[in-house]
Amino acid sequence: MPDLQPWQLERRYDVVVVGGGPAGLAAAVGAREQGAERVLIVDRESEPGGILQQCIHHGFGLHHFKEELTGPAYAQRYLERVLEHDVDIVTDAYVLDVDPTRRVSLLSGRHGRTEVDAGAVVLAMGARERTREAIRIPGTRPAGVMTAGFAQKLVNMAGYLPGRRVAILGSGDIGLIMARRLMLEGAEVVGVFELMPHANGLTRNVVQCLHDFDIPLHLSTTVVRIHGHDRVDKVSVAPVDEALRPRMAEAWEVPCDTLLVSIGLIPDNELARALGVRLDPVTTGPVVTSTMETSRDGVFACGNTVHIHDLVDWVSQESQLAGGGAGAFASGRRSSADNVRLVPGRNVRSCVPHTITTDREHTVFLRVTKSLAPCSLRLGEVYERPLRYVVPGEMVTLKVRPRFLQGFHGGNLHVDVVPREEAAA
Amino acid sequence: MRFDVAIVGAGVVGCAIARELTRYRLHVALIDRECEVGLGTSKANSGIIHGGHRAHEGSYKGATEWRGNQLWDELAQDLPFGYSRIGDLTVAFDDGDIEHLHMLLDQGRRRGVSGLELWEPERLQREEPNLSHDVKQALHAPTSGVVNPYEACFALAENAVRNGLTLLLEHTVSAIERRDDGFTVTTDRGVLDARFVVNAAGVHGDAVARMVGAEEAGLRFRKGEEYLLDKRLVGFVTRVVFPCPSPTSKGILVIPTYDGTLMVGPTATWSEATDLTTSAEGARAVFEGAQRLAPGISEGDCIAEFAGVRAVAADEDFAIGTTRVPGFVNVIGIQSPGLTAAPAIALDVVELLQGEGLGLEHDDGFVPGIDAPIRFAQLDAEEQARVVRGDPRFGRIACRCEIVTEGEVLHAIERGARTMDGIKFRTRAGMGRCQGGFCAWRCMRLLAETLDVEVSDVTKRGGASWITLPRLEVEHA
Amino acid sequence: MTETSHYLCIGCPLGCRLEVETEGDEIIEVRGQSCKRGDTFARQEHVDPRRFVTTTVAIEGAPWPRLPVATAEAIPKHLMREVCATLHTLRLEAPVELGDVVLRDAHGTGVDVVATRSLGRR
Repeated sequence: MPDLQPWQLERRYDVVVVGGGPAGLAAAVGAREQGAERVLIVDRESEPGGILQQCIHHGFGLHHFKEELTGPAYAQRYLERVLEHDVDIVTDAYVLDVDPTRRVSLLSGRHGRTEVDAGAVVLAMGARERTREAIRIPGTRPAGVMTAGFAQKLVNMAGYLPGRRVAILGSGDIGLIMARRLMLEGAEVVGVFELMPHANGLTRNVVQCLHDFDIPLHLSTTVVRIHGHDRVDKVSVAPVDEALRPRMAEAWEVPCDTLLVSIGLIPDNELARALGVRLDPVTTGPVVTSTMETSRDGVFACGNTVHIHDLVDWVSQESQLAGGGAGAFASGRRSSADNVRLVPGRNVRSCVPHTITTDREHTVFLRVTKSLAPCSLRLGEVYERPLRYVVPGEMVTLKVRPRFLQGFHGGNLHVDVVPREEAAA
Repeated sequence: MRFDVAIVGAGVVGCAIARELTRYRLHVALIDRECEVGLGTSKANSGIIHGGHRAHEGSYKGATEWRGNQLWDELAQDLPFGYSRIGDLTVAFDDGDIEHLHMLLDQGRRRGVSGLELWEPERLQREEPNLSHDVKQALHAPTSGVVNPYEACFALAENAVRNGLTLLLEHTVSAIERRDDGFTVTTDRGVLDARFVVNAAGVHGDAVARMVGAEEAGLRFRKGEEYLLDKRLVGFVTRVVFPCPSPTSKGILVIPTYDGTLMVGPTATWSEATDLTTSAEGARAVFEGAQRLAPGISEGDCIAEFAGVRAVAADEDFAIGTTRVPGFVNVIGIQSPGLTAAPAIALDVVELLQGEGLGLEHDDGFVPGIDAPIRFAQLDAEEQARVVRGDPRFGRIACRCEIVTEGEVLHAIERGARTMDGIKFRTRAGMGRCQGGFCAWRCMRLLAETLDVEVSDVTKRGGASWITLPRLEVEHA
Repeated sequence: MTETSHYLCIGCPLGCRLEVETEGDEIIEVRGQSCKRGDTFARQEHVDPRRFVTTTVAIEGAPWPRLPVATAEAIPKHLMREVCATLHTLRLEAPVELGDVVLRDAHGTGVDVVATRSLGRR
């Protein structure tokens, strides 16, 4: 694996990328392509690739490589591109701090506690999983309660099964995919419990991971109590009412030795927070411009650090843009300033980036608050496009072309998604 | 092996007694059923060194709170554990509460507690702007502090072992027999003899007393749920905040822990001795109570929760003393302020044992301290650089939320950590907002490699708390 | 005598509820789809449901003890567990390259199982 020898680490880089997952790898390529001479990736694992290395299932690369790859294959392909671009990589290394002058404090066994000055910084730390504690499930605190991602690392990389009888809370894609993985490795998945009235993951995962293995999916149901002193021995589950409150009188017990928790991801933003970067209270990631620059000059951000994606291909695309912005910044080039502020409007939860320009094409990622089909997406009064459907679990990708915004000269632009009949009226 | 004293129960009281006894030329055994010290009541409490003015007069609690409080400074000088005298505030919302403040003030002054002061709202809002503006008056006790109780247990036990203590973990005492010249203590892993036995068995205190026919304390069990909040709130409140107790409840506190995490709790409900469950009702009560004191606290900031059980004697006081069985000393019913009182209780118990006939001869070889573990995150950049140059394992991050290095984890294992909880409570790895999502695998691997066991043998906290099954190749074979 | 079988379309997140009406071996009609892909999926799923299998295989001498692998093509759904059981018996030796065949012609399907990453020597 690529890892610099201590004497190879420069004191100054045009661009330093924090994180070597899919976002960081793409950002490094983007930076090189936009003129950055010396680019450094700092990764905390022993090899780059991030969470892709444990996502051994298919579903990666259809947009980017035009073929469906597993996570490790996608990571390897991307890493090859990075190495072709002559990028420095330090692994088993941790960024302790980035200061406002973009001095990056590094820690690694090989390089020690050291500092590197960066012309521009790209934050690509990814996300962390929400835990049992984040939703405060009552009961005991035995071994055997773990996030789905941790179980995924245990099974797919370390080669250990976390238990024999597994209940899963949350029907996000990681939880669904782990249900299948555990069944194929010989464990029994006794059920997936989902608080909402609909599955959170993709339909194809419900079919291929649950239906194929006769794993029951209990919608509008949640885990209300964990039992067991040393190790989990059962969980209590209960249906919820319309306000998502458990109906305790109808609770029942599910014997199991493991509870996987798959209840979503949160952008990992400790560095951004410490740096005083402005954060979006909805995404909890940085507020970014059309080149993915944060509120701090020369500090860019991309990938799940900014907002939670559901396709790695979009992470790569967004991160290449961020890296490009960082490369241009470090080379002293700046594109025209953003003059449009995107404001999440009706049924829209978030828009990234937060600002764009009227003179270039931009890819805008939206999250909606509820399912609508068919529906219409509107940009203020100036543009409207029909959509077959939107669901909260799937990001909406919109290419905003200059001609869409003809007659709009800047300022706040509301982004709405409305039911089709309303749009027609 | 024949011991002079066998202590049953390695909570903070048992550990403090053990260390106190190792000052003398004695063979001392400290026995606990768990795989690490301090895993019972001592781990799961509010971690407060009470100011000295709080416990009722005329009780054993009242007699040891202020004495114990004053002894903690010396302990903290000798031993490395998180400890800080941050002071506390008791806040009054109405006239009845204000009366209570005056009662505490008088009680404290009679005992000689220094620095007690009544604060008017203006002062209070200047010092603690995030407390409720409905507070009419507050009593400030600068003598109060916070401690990481599990770290105190680890340090006391490690120091005692260094001074000759025999620490018998994962030993469950099943019988104690009085004989002419002492006691035979039977455990699931062997039998030992001791001239004197100290019963510091926490929630099992009555059961241990019963084994030998000594007086029981009529123990019942009171559970307290506590909730830890995200580090984002560091500095939100800088002193421990108490409400005035109501007839039905001692109230919910806001506690800035030594590590900067805000903790809120505890509830107080009767429970089974082994009931460590948290509940939806408990959470509701805690957050309502905490928001009454500091309205900015939100349930959404919760990153961890736990419950602890305290053994409560029938008369609500500590049950400390000799018993009708000569040579058998009870130290049970240790609830709040037991942590505060522990160093004073240890001195009292040594005296009680002496009264029972234990000869005390000073051991000149007694060493009061142990080396402080390296806390990488607390070092400045230059010191960090120096540490990593000396040992590259300190350059590898194990826990990213709390910035704990692999070097610290390995040191913790060298110093006795055998489980994931043992590592967590020694190093903080796994205590942060991701609750082990990142570091758990690293810590499991380091434990397995260092102790030369399989990853599947690593447990959360001993017993049947396994984390994985055997390797897939073994599972599939 | 016609029969109706039900499938959930996996083509996109709409998750259309598909109905396949058959008479004997003949598919008479596919209903419920919103697009052409639904029709194609329903016909394939009814006659010969196939899935990709992704799992891991034990490997010695590599930085990690497991190598991620996948079937090169989708295989008949009912053979998934059997293929996994065979893969569980394999013991590989590093180095392995992305795309290397680790199991040829799995269970007579004509489909190989291949490594989905390279793993060098530790």
